Formats: sequence, structure tokens, C-alpha cells
Amino acid sequence: MDLEAVVQDLQSELGPAVLGVERACGEIGVLLAPQRVPAAAQRLQERHGFDLLIALTAVDYWPDEPRFALVYKFYSTSANALFGLRIPVPGTAPEVPTLENVFPNANWHEREVYDMFGVRFAGHSDLRRILMPHDWEGHPLRKDYPLGYEEVQYTFNFDEIDRRKPYATE
Amino acid sequence: MGVEQKLGNMGVVTTTLEHAVNWSRTNAMWPMLFGLACCAIEMMSAQAADYDLSRFGMELMRPSPRQADLMIVAGRVSRKMAPVLRRLYDQMPEPKWVIAMGDCCSCGGVFNNYAIVQGVDEIVPVDVYVAGCPPRPEGLIHGIITLHEKVKTEKIKDYA
Repeated sequence: MDLEAVVQDLQSELGPAVLGVERACGEIGVLLAPQRVPAAAQRLQERHGFDLLIALTAVDYWPDEPRFALVYKFYSTSANALFGLRIPVPGTAPEVPTLENVFPNANWHEREVYDMFGVRFAGHSDLRRILMPHDWEGHPLRKDYPLGYEEVQYTFNFDEIDRRKPYATE
Repeated sequence: MGVEQKLGNMGVVTTTLEHAVNWSRTNAMWPMLFGLACCAIEMMSAQAADYDLSRFGMELMRPSPRQADLMIVAGRVSRKMAPVLRRLYDQMPEPKWVIAMGDCCSCGGVFNNYAIVQGVDEIVPVDVYVAGCPPRPEGLIHGIITLHEKVKTEKIKDYA
């Protein structure tokens, strides 16, 4: 499959929404404006035979802006080809249209991205946390989320931590 | 040597009630299945033919907490799992004991992060900690025997 032709088709179809083209390690992807994700995915699926959404995840570039980048990977089972979409998302009120209507499996992927990064998906049918408990506060994979939870007990501070550690007695 | 050689032909055994109760508790201590991670593989191995936990009357891993007296917490406990673990512990009938198997559930191990409880002793009272990552089956069996020694020293006036 000629992936350069796919890029050119997306450029002519979506016009200025295509912000750039990325080529790395033999793979090719398109930098895309958030609003046109469903249109691009539909185009890839219907016109170019990318029938599988194999990955949907995010990257946090905090403190840079735009802070997040959503990464979509589409796979064509007939042509054995990969195509990527990369969506820059701003750090304040990050929101992207859902891909659920094009690829139903995006439902859980988007829930995971919402759970871990706090990126909301407009139009998603069931945007709940999927991994963390439902009453969890914060989004753990954000770069500004605290890394560790408790101070590590070494011999020199064992007793001090031992005194304030909440042991269960009953 | 069987008990009849020890007793001769008296036909009577005398012992203390404490000793008899603790003997029965230690020699049929049914553990509850609580495999959470790789430690569970070692726990299964401890039960299989090579190490054979049934030598200690522990051949039955109960899938129901209501039939178990020992909870072997084998693996890392995530914060999402913690309420479930506590609930299962509450469902076990008294008397009950807990073994924290492995570094992760003893103190968090290498997982000092938002998702893992830093020691299962924050949720349930632990009797014996077994170190190792994961501990070998011998280590777990040593922990169990240590727990048996602890149970054998329990006094009848302390029974709830």
C-alpha cells in the first residue's frame, strides 16, 4: 500500500486540519487538528481499508503547550499496513470528539485515556473511569501527578515512619 | 512411631485443653485462595507434589472465605483491590490469621506508587511476613510453620 498516497488524500480531504506529516522508523503518520479526528478515521476506514483501531493512547508533554498528544494507530488487515494519527490537545479543558461511532472499540480506549490523563471525549456514550476506583481523584499518568505514595522505610528512618504508619489492628 | 507405642495400653491421653485446641487449629489450617500476582505461582508450587502443603493439613485452599482460617495474601494489593480484600477478611470466621507473602504485600516492594497499597498491614492485621520477591515455596512453608508456632503459644484466656 502506498501510504504517501493516503497522506495526500487526507491532505486534500481535510485541508488545513492536517497540521503536518511525521515519518519515523518506516512508519508514517499525520498531525491532525482535534475536531477532524472522526472524519479522518472514517476516511481511513472506508477509503483506504484501515479496518482496525489497534491503539489509542496519550502522551503528556507537561509543561509544554499543547500539553497532550493523542496517538491513534490504525491497521489494515488486508494490506498489513499501519497508519498513525497524532492529535495535539491543549492542557486546559482538553477535549476531543469521540471515535466511538467509527470504531466501537474506541469506547474502552477513550475511557482509559480519560482515566489516566483526564482528556475528555465529546459525545462518548459512557465516559467513566475504567482502571482506577470510581472515587479516585486526579489522573495518575499526568506528569504533574505525584510519583510515589509513601516514603520508603530504611533502617535510619524505620521507627519514625513506623510510628505514623496506619496499621490495621482489628 | 505411632501414638499407641507412646501410650502403652493405657487407652487414655491426657493433655491440656489449650494444647488440644491449638493442635487442632494448627494441623488443619485451611488457607484461602488469595493469589494476586507472581507470588501466587510460588504458593501453587508450595501446594503441588514437590513441596506438598498437605503434610501440614493444608491441602485445601478454600475458594470461600467462610471456610478458611488463614489468608495468604500472595502478591501486590492495588488500591482498587483493598476494599475487596478487607471484605473477604471480614467474612472469614474467627479465629483467623493472615500471612503477608512476599515483599509487595509486606511493604509495597518495588511498587512505591499511587496504585499499590504500601503493605497489606494497613488493611488487615498481619501475623507473619514472608520476605522474598517472590519467596520460594520453602520460604512460604517456613512462614506457615512460624505461624503454627505462634498459634501454639496462644493461651485459652486470650481466646475471644
